[in-house]
Amino acid sequence: MRRRLLATTLAVAVLGAAMGCGTTTEGTTSQSSAPNGYPQKIVSLSASATEMLFAMGAGPQVVAVDEYSNYPAGVPKTNLSGFTPNAEAIAAKTPDLVVLSDDSKGIVAQLNNLKIKTQLVPAAKTIDDTYRQIKELGDVTGHAKEAETLNRKIKDDLAALVKDVPKRDKPLTYFYELDPALYTATSKTFIGSLFTTAGLVNVADAADPSSTGYPKMSAEALIKANPDMVFLADTVMGETPDKVKARPGWSGVTAVAKGQIVTLDSDIASRWGPRVVDLMRAIVAAVRQAQ
Amino acid sequence: MKPARLSLVWLGAGVAAVAVALVLGVSLGPVSLPPFEVAKQLLGFDTGLSQLEVGIITQIRLPRVLLGLIVGAMLALAGGCFQGVFRNPLADPYLLGIAAGAGLGATTAIAMRADQAIIPIVAFLGAMVSAALTYLLGQGRNLILAGVAVSSFLAAVQTYVLQRNVDTIREVYSWLLGRLDTHGYREINLLLPYALIATIVVLALRRELDALSVGDAEAASLGLHPQRSRLILLTAAALGTAAAVAVSGLIGFVGIIVPHIVRLLAGGSYRSILPLSVLFGAAFLALVDLAARTLVAPGELPIGVVTAFFGAPFFVLVLRVTRTVSL
Repeated sequence: MRRRLLATTLAVAVLGAAMGCGTTTEGTTSQSSAPNGYPQKIVSLSASATEMLFAMGAGPQVVAVDEYSNYPAGVPKTNLSGFTPNAEAIAAKTPDLVVLSDDSKGIVAQLNNLKIKTQLVPAAKTIDDTYRQIKELGDVTGHAKEAETLNRKIKDDLAALVKDVPKRDKPLTYFYELDPALYTATSKTFIGSLFTTAGLVNVADAADPSSTGYPKMSAEALIKANPDMVFLADTVMGETPDKVKARPGWSGVTAVAKGQIVTLDSDIASRWGPRVVDLMRAIVAAVRQAQ
Repeated sequence: MKPARLSLVWLGAGVAAVAVALVLGVSLGPVSLPPFEVAKQLLGFDTGLSQLEVGIITQIRLPRVLLGLIVGAMLALAGGCFQGVFRNPLADPYLLGIAAGAGLGATTAIAMRADQAIIPIVAFLGAMVSAALTYLLGQGRNLILAGVAVSSFLAAVQTYVLQRNVDTIREVYSWLLGRLDTHGYREINLLLPYALIATIVVLALRRELDALSVGDAEAASLGLHPQRSRLILLTAAALGTAAAVAVSGLIGFVGIIVPHIVRLLAGGSYRSILPLSVLFGAAFLALVDLAARTLVAPGELPIGVVTAFFGAPFFVLVLRVTRTVSL
């Protein structure tokens, strides 16, 4: 009963944090009109880039975003795909700048042939990549100053959150679950680096000798590694803390015994935009509650 | 010509292989535990193992080894059966569109965010529907070609579904590459009834399969009903394969190489090929899975990759040393 209460409190805390920050992030959005001499019709094919653009006030210049861009509310969502981009469909939006995370199927060359400028924002490996991409997007969209302000705010917010993490003699260990087959992210990944910043130790690092960053952990080894906390990034696949607790053989794992199974918003957890602050807030809230 | 009857020596060897696979499988794993303590735990004695370690042995390792044994037995049995029914050495358990149907079922279920427990059931339905479709389309003509057509069509639909739901691609791939991860004994309970039915039916008809593999006319002249036997054998093998694929995804190569190796070693009669395929298929997959879960421990390799990696060279070796293949 207490465990359930704890989980509920935690869920509410995480939700509250996410919503709270949603407003603060949007608060930084100054409704500056599109600067002259800069792109006026931007197409974003990356959900992370969309969040960056809107957070720095370039939102009014964005005419279309891809099918997975769903934040902030009211983005001009279309059925354009960033994974299988179609040059014709993109060109039909008559953009003067296309922002994408991958150059799949030679799309950059195709768009450049059509005299459409492109800006790549590949998946960040560290938080510094995020800062750099925000700066670059600020430069090309005419929001250099707002981008700088945004970066400073993210840095300050993260620093303030990390400062709140209580010191421990023995650091907490964690497992980050990407799917129920126990694919995971190590500390070498972007998401892993956030956990490291929060003082947590990843139990899957040993499972990744070739440093792919995303190994599959064997169930036996995971149970033996006995993480203090489990973070679920696979709730969209129907995984819940209760289901993890019910997994055969898991009852002795500390995270299960102490009810320290934390659900994360998989959108926020898989993007590298300004909402890393929300993610860090969820992580820190969970760590503060952990025993 | 080697003897048609199942030799006791090979039967003993098969049982021994299963025993070895079982013992090694539960003794070894990514987490090293003292084998003697493991044995005591499994036999119900008190041990000094921690609650975590007991959980690892009884809830993770043992069900996984058992699942490997059953899936391996099923794929090898179905492979041997299909090769006999179609008189085609390349026939495999995924013929008749079973893999494609199960794949489409699993992909759709995963893309629709269905619960983990639902996925095998949808995969099983997909496999059975596609097998039936192949049978209806190819009946009296060419079943293998109908299977190829149905497979291609379903694979195209599957790719489309995947393309529309790229965010689920990781889970779909982890299913397609084969997995023996268990959720306690859930998978075993799901698979076992079908595996038993398929095994009993196919083994009961092993003489008919010998006659069919010579030809329908010969079978009829022996007083058998080739059409009826064929349909029963196909249904049983398809049922067993569909159940295996539903819980373990696509594990290639077992159904091709195990029956052939058995044939090369122990003779060409289905009276020995089928029961020995069950035993050696079980042992083979459990041992290959041991490699899959220990080679890169504490990480893990997809089982479907490892079966071909070890299976193909071994197959060539057997082929070289025995020289002749007779179907």
